[in-house]
Amino acid sequence: MAMRDTRLPLRTPLGRAIGLGSAKEGVEHWWRERITAVALVPLCLWFVAEIVHHAGADRAELIAWMRHPVPAVLMVLLLAATFHHTALGLQVVVEDYVGHEGARFGLIIAIRLACVLLAALGIFAVLKMALGA
Amino acid sequence: MTPAARPLSPHLQVYRWQLTSVLSILHRATGIALSLGTILLVLWLVAAASGATPYAHVQGFIGSWIGLVLLFGWTVSLFYHLCNGIRHLWWDTGQGLELPAVYASGWAVLAATAVLTVLAWAFGLSQWGH
Repeated sequence: MAMRDTRLPLRTPLGRAIGLGSAKEGVEHWWRERITAVALVPLCLWFVAEIVHHAGADRAELIAWMRHPVPAVLMVLLLAATFHHTALGLQVVVEDYVGHEGARFGLIIAIRLACVLLAALGIFAVLKMALGA
Repeated sequence: MTPAARPLSPHLQVYRWQLTSVLSILHRATGIALSLGTILLVLWLVAAASGATPYAHVQGFIGSWIGLVLLFGWTVSLFYHLCNGIRHLWWDTGQGLELPAVYASGWAVLAATAVLTVLAWAFGLSQWGH
């Protein structure tokens, strides 16, 4: 008959259940980077094809294009996926090369805020063209 | 005991360049370049939504020599990061990790980047002014 293990457990039951060991987080970051990457493959190909097709177009043509629902929605999705992917990617670069903890956190926060700001500006501009009078 | 001031690995000055590491570095470099390029993309959209004068300013900048060089660099970076990103996604499935396959996919990424960039600019320039 096996002896019951009476040693004091060094890890809390919650810690064991979460199962991350000493890591602070799991695969969330890695996984989000991949999902946005998969989304960006068709979105980027679509975007470049459209830009090439509209090369040299004036403002009226661009706005007329953004009035169509499909390009407008794809453009919003492209901006959202791009800035999500950008924030995740730049964060890894900062974590790898910036040794000073304060500078690292400051840069990551600045990158996050800048990405949210740029995404909001871009999406608002697209919606303004798509829905504007 | 004081630790000897040995050079830290990887010691880049004596490290032989190889396709695998160069492409890995390029993936990061193009990622950073594309991050900066998104600022121009948002600027272009905001200008277009704002009015004829701001849009003319941004179009004037894009049409200038500096603008075209930046746009070309952005195109190369986008196609490289896209193709190499697909290579990374393929690796993530556990495929193509043997060294000959890694080199073959690496050269394929470079070839695809060149072909896509030339195609995009050839079609783009033929559309310009139409």
